[in-house]
Amino acid sequence: MRGQEPRSTSSCAACRLLKRRCIPNCIFAPYFRPDEPKKFAKVHKVFGASNVSKILIEVPKEQREETVNSLAYEAEARLRDPVYGCIGAIALLQRKMIQLQHDLALARACLARYVTTPSSIGGTDDWVIAEALGDFPAGCGRSIDSFCQNISYELNEEAHMYDFSQIPYV
Amino acid sequence: MSSGRCAACRYLRRRCTEDCILSPYFPSNNPQRFVSVHRIYGASNVTKLLLQLPTHLRAEAADSLYFEAQCRLEDPVYGCVGLIFMLQQQIHAAESQLVKTQAEIAVMKSQGQNPEAQQAEQDFNNLLLQQSDNDAALSFPNQVSSGFI
Repeated sequence: MRGQEPRSTSSCAACRLLKRRCIPNCIFAPYFRPDEPKKFAKVHKVFGASNVSKILIEVPKEQREETVNSLAYEAEARLRDPVYGCIGAIALLQRKMIQLQHDLALARACLARYVTTPSSIGGTDDWVIAEALGDFPAGCGRSIDSFCQNISYELNEEAHMYDFSQIPYV
Repeated sequence: MSSGRCAACRYLRRRCTEDCILSPYFPSNNPQRFVSVHRIYGASNVTKLLLQLPTHLRAEAADSLYFEAQCRLEDPVYGCVGLIFMLQQQIHAAESQLVKTQAEIAVMKSQGQNPEAQQAEQDFNNLLLQQSDNDAALSFPNQVSSGFI
């Protein structure tokens, strides 16, 4: 056989799915290993290979792995819940936080009945979630709270849908 | 015939048909909404996703897609997953604080302190003080009146 370029035996998961030759500096290869075909399949289904490529090109190289992981998480969430995607997970966490704030306020009130000096209770570190999430993202025209009103998940009922332990950021 | 086209069809430079699936959710008066969603997901993926949903859920889906797209445009690395991370941190801190506060209450209880008993004792002391003030007030006018006559 004359001068035939050897086929790559280590095509990344992206190039395998897209049925194309995996070039040496393929942008997907470092993050979509051939032994994880489902990861790229999910990301491709939700975002499309072209859009993922554009997003990766925009971010610095050292942050691309984090970017891919967050895209994979978002894609997984969207495939599980086509209506709300990650917003469902955020709504669950927000409700949990509100419940915790309520429980903490009760506990502090109970402690206050024992302690005579109010300054020793330390109730100044309230988390203002509404302010933190209400304006984010800018110009969206809708806050997380407005989604929460429509999402009827019970705190424990749907929590299993979201595997928060998958995020490597914790 | 450019009038009446939705933002999606206008952007994609195609005719907007009467049964255009995107037009109810990407009106022409908000072109940026479709641009954001298209940049992250692509028109084809958005269309496929909306088509698989019952009609009454499509508006919510379009809104959540727009929200997530905006998050990703503002933070290309983490997108809305950054919010999840932030909430997880806050929940962790709140849980720690709650456990700490509950432990303090348990210590108070174990030391035999009873908030109701403390309050009752304080009320009793206040009552005693009030009675002694009243007794002092009653005796003073008699001394004054006897002095001037």
